[in-house]
Amino acid sequence: MCAAPADANPTYHKRAATPLFAGWRRAALMLQYAAFPVLVLILWQVFSSVGFVRRNVLPPPSDVIAVWYDLVTGATDVAARYSGTWLDHAWASIWRVFAGFAWGVSLGIFFGLIIGLSRIMERVFDPTIQVMRNIPVTAWVPLSLVFFGIGNAPAIFLIGLGAFFPTVVNTTHGVRQMNLTLYKAAQMMGASEGELTRRVILPAALPSILTGVRLSMGIAWVLVVVAEILAVRSGLGYLLNDAYLFYRNDVVIAAMLSIGLLGFLSDRLVVLVRHYLLAWNVKETFGGQD
Amino acid sequence: MARIDVRNVSKAFGAGGHVVALAGINVVIADRELVTLVGASGCGKSTLLNLIAGFEQPTSGEILVDGVPVSRPGPDRGVVFQQTALFPWLSVEDNIAFGLTLKANRHKGSPQAVTNRMLERTGLLPVRSRRPSELSGGMRQRAAIASVLAINPSILLMDEPFGALDSLTRSIMQDFLLEIWEEERKSVLLVTHDIDEAIYLADRTVVMTAQPGRICEVIDVDLPRPRRYAMHSDPRFIALRERVTALVRNEAIRAMSAAQAA
Repeated sequence: MCAAPADANPTYHKRAATPLFAGWRRAALMLQYAAFPVLVLILWQVFSSVGFVRRNVLPPPSDVIAVWYDLVTGATDVAARYSGTWLDHAWASIWRVFAGFAWGVSLGIFFGLIIGLSRIMERVFDPTIQVMRNIPVTAWVPLSLVFFGIGNAPAIFLIGLGAFFPTVVNTTHGVRQMNLTLYKAAQMMGASEGELTRRVILPAALPSILTGVRLSMGIAWVLVVVAEILAVRSGLGYLLNDAYLFYRNDVVIAAMLSIGLLGFLSDRLVVLVRHYLLAWNVKETFGGQD
Repeated sequence: MARIDVRNVSKAFGAGGHVVALAGINVVIADRELVTLVGASGCGKSTLLNLIAGFEQPTSGEILVDGVPVSRPGPDRGVVFQQTALFPWLSVEDNIAFGLTLKANRHKGSPQAVTNRMLERTGLLPVRSRRPSELSGGMRQRAAIASVLAINPSILLMDEPFGALDSLTRSIMQDFLLEIWEEERKSVLLVTHDIDEAIYLADRTVVMTAQPGRICEVIDVDLPRPRRYAMHSDPRFIALRERVTALVRNEAIRAMSAAQAA
């Protein structure tokens, strides 16, 4: 009477995708992605080439690509004194970003955990942090130059400071919004303070912590440019500022795009780590995980 | 061996203790006895369970487990929560193994072996590597019960464990719990507001009244064991249900009008 019908698992037939149809679909998709950037590049090329603006004020994309190529390879010498220097500058910036990031994020997670877990620690540290985080990190530039002098130290200090605040705020939030039942369950099973922190609180707060880390990464690339313009003689920020002083706007734009590219790649790196660590945290939301 | 003695326990909340949640509670849960605690919402039944679990301390009176006063939560008293306590970042099997991988439970045997036995016992072997979010409500609560049973507590404290499940799943889970209990014979205190559930599972059922929470009556359930679903229509079951329902309803109505008068 109640037996399952013979075809218990009906297959739903999609419209058969012929190779031709699939090819069209892919082309349409590519067009949606490519249309706007290509249009911008064409307009820019035309705008700069026909002489609306002088070529050295706004060099066309073709010039920028040529100078970028020489910056990286040193093959054509169109970048003159900057020829072949890209890798050193890029490496200097990347190194500073990650060094500053490392101390800022570690300290942020540490303080976020203790503030989130203890009302006493909250009273001791939170007011100071709440006031300090409203001071734009760029306002720290003069003092950091006075304290640390010219060199890597002020850059790493500023980047770390910029990473610290979003991380500490988000970590605190992550600890606070942890499901109390999980905490009680682990406590009931006999978890020690250390085990609770490491195996319950930290993983529960991880989504929030990584949100803080992602925000920090964005700020880090802003601050590395500021620091390199003012405090050091290497890095993409320095290259950008130096080329500006020598009126090499093609190099300026190539440096800008390089910073954008590296910022984008490091953001992707954080997102990748996040996807790997938070595979469990898939929520049913309109936008999905991110 | 595990016997719970609740002696003259009161619990008050709020500034100056003006909200009295429990007043003068005396109850004994004998070794390997299954006691259910039933009452209208707000009668303090979950508070009493929290006190026995050690999450909170009584304002006065004392709670003894095998003669030792309870001071904090511990693996001798396994708690099953209404909101399933499974770590969303761990698979089903890692959740079940969690308790045994804690330092406090190292001596209780290999997590691997116990987990395998629990997975088999709870019928969760096919979903062992899934995450809790990928399970149905009934499966989730089975996994939560398995994770508590894995640390082999002598007492099981269950706070409306099936409250969030649909009625069909709930009745299946009740039989599952009884089956486990027949095998392992732990002392169980189960809090519920479902009168049928309270009677069907219990050796004794404790009916509580609200504001302040007191024990109104302790009823012996003289239905034979093992219990069968068909007993829901047994005249003895129906008589018990009518008796408990009358008590709980009268108390709920009295509490509501008292709240309105205040």
